[in-house]
Amino acid sequence: MTSPDPTWTPDQPIIQCRDVHKSFGQLEVLKGISMDLMKGDVVCVIGPSGSGKSTFIRCINALTPMDSGSIKVEGQEVNDPRLDKLALRRKVGMVFQQYNLFPHKTALENVMMAPIKVLKEDKRQVEERARALIRKVRLEGKEDSYPGELSGGQQQRVAIARSLAMRPDVMLFDEVTAALDPETVKEVLVTIRQLAEEGMTCILVTHEMGFAREVAGHIYFTDRGVIVEHGPPATFFTEAKDPRTKEFLSQIL
Amino acid sequence: MEAVYEWARVLYQDTGINLTFIYDSYDRNRLIDGFLMTVWLSVICLGLSVAIGVVGAWAQGARSAILRRCVAGYIEFFRNTPPLVQLYFFYFALGSIMPTTTNRFGLPEPLLDNFAWAVISLSFFAGAFNVEIFRSGIEAVPESTKEAAEALGYTRLQTYLEIVLPLAFRVCLPSLNNNLVNLVKTTTLAYAIAVPEMLYQANQIWSDSVNVPEMMTFLLIAYVFLVGVLVWGMHRWERSMRLPGFGS
Ligand SMILES: Nc1ncnc2c1ncn2[C@@H]1O[C@H](COP(=O)(O)OP(=O)(O)OP(=O)(O)O)[C@@H](O)[C@H]1O
Ligand SMILES: [Mg+2]
Repeated sequence: MTSPDPTWTPDQPIIQCRDVHKSFGQLEVLKGISMDLMKGDVVCVIGPSGSGKSTFIRCINALTPMDSGSIKVEGQEVNDPRLDKLALRRKVGMVFQQYNLFPHKTALENVMMAPIKVLKEDKRQVEERARALIRKVRLEGKEDSYPGELSGGQQQRVAIARSLAMRPDVMLFDEVTAALDPETVKEVLVTIRQLAEEGMTCILVTHEMGFAREVAGHIYFTDRGVIVEHGPPATFFTEAKDPRTKEFLSQIL
Repeated sequence: MEAVYEWARVLYQDTGINLTFIYDSYDRNRLIDGFLMTVWLSVICLGLSVAIGVVGAWAQGARSAILRRCVAGYIEFFRNTPPLVQLYFFYFALGSIMPTTTNRFGLPEPLLDNFAWAVISLSFFAGAFNVEIFRSGIEAVPESTKEAAEALGYTRLQTYLEIVLPLAFRVCLPSLNNNLVNLVKTTTLAYAIAVPEMLYQANQIWSDSVNVPEMMTFLLIAYVFLVGVLVWGMHRWERSMRLPGFGS
């Protein structure tokens, strides 16, 4: 895939965030977030409700415009008024807490739509790929079901397949299991873990600490718009230093 | 057919119930013309008012404040005034200041005839409600669904056409049905400016034959039939568009 920045090479961070700030009116939600991801990295962002986790990952694909700072995705600056949004969004896939499937399209159509409408790809090839993706998220046989006929966990897996159909280099997951009941959480996590193991670069906002510990290479704890503490899971959970981290972990574990 | 005509004639002799529009070919043709005129007027106004609704709802979401205010003014005007007064206003007030053309006898002729004014007036009347109906449908499409499309690289226009409109349409079909049924009933107002629709023709017949109760009964039945066909068609359409697990 072509990158708008020809100087970027895969040995540089695939995502580089520097001092990202964002306010909604008087409320400063992000107070200088910095983070680097290399290709294939899987990181989890955890933190209390309202700490700005969603806002942060929404800045990465420009769904929320940041106020200041810099985010570069494969060298492409996101904080740029002349941003080529399409180029950015074909590199960065996003999955939401509420699935947000298109209710008037079947599972297969949901997966096929964007490559056909946005990338103008050949319908037959897209369909082949879409069917393979539906198999990959273990929903064979549900191709022709409408979102309203699928369980939450199934809808979320369709949403993941829909994102993957754009062949992104990075996937953003915003509390994708938070709306699911405990039994279906697992089936979605299995899919994400498989992606991570295949080398997909992922940023996961999650409350599933067990899952974070297993799949994440690095964990970031955010509170009130800053990254309070971060580290690999082996040390993060056992050797948290900041009292805010300790308090959060004691509540959630 | 002859048997039916004969039956109506006998019915008149025996009971005094005078169905001239069955046995009298002149009355029959007048009423058929009126019926077809009502259907024709309804169909044109249905189409135009839906088009006005879609365009108006789009304009209400436009960036231009002037455009938005114009649409709001239009809706206020047509919702808060009686349709009969609107019709008179169009026909007598606007019609009188419109330029005229000369016909082939060299006489002045209005640019728009009474049928055209009825179409304009009724379409704008129903269109005002359709704008509101479509807008409520558009507003019912969750922001998050639009965001999902945006995150997949859709442009605003693509999102509007591919996601928002198809969903909005499904949401507002029931209210649209109601408004269109109302429109069909409101076409009787065209009678007031002498458009030869069904009520007008019935009136002509009862003036000649003094069979007011018969004609009134016929009118009611005819409208029950007309509206029934419309409702049936719309419900079928609604059902075919219904999505499993979506909406009500
Ligand atoms: N569009 C918006 N307009 C105004 N305020 C907003 C907007 N989006 C988020 N906020 C506010 O920004 C703060 C951070 O929100 P954000 O959704 O990023 O938190 P979060 O860490 O994802 O929380 P949660 O775990 O509950 O999802 C909250 O106080 C929220 O009310
Ligand atoms: Mg959130």
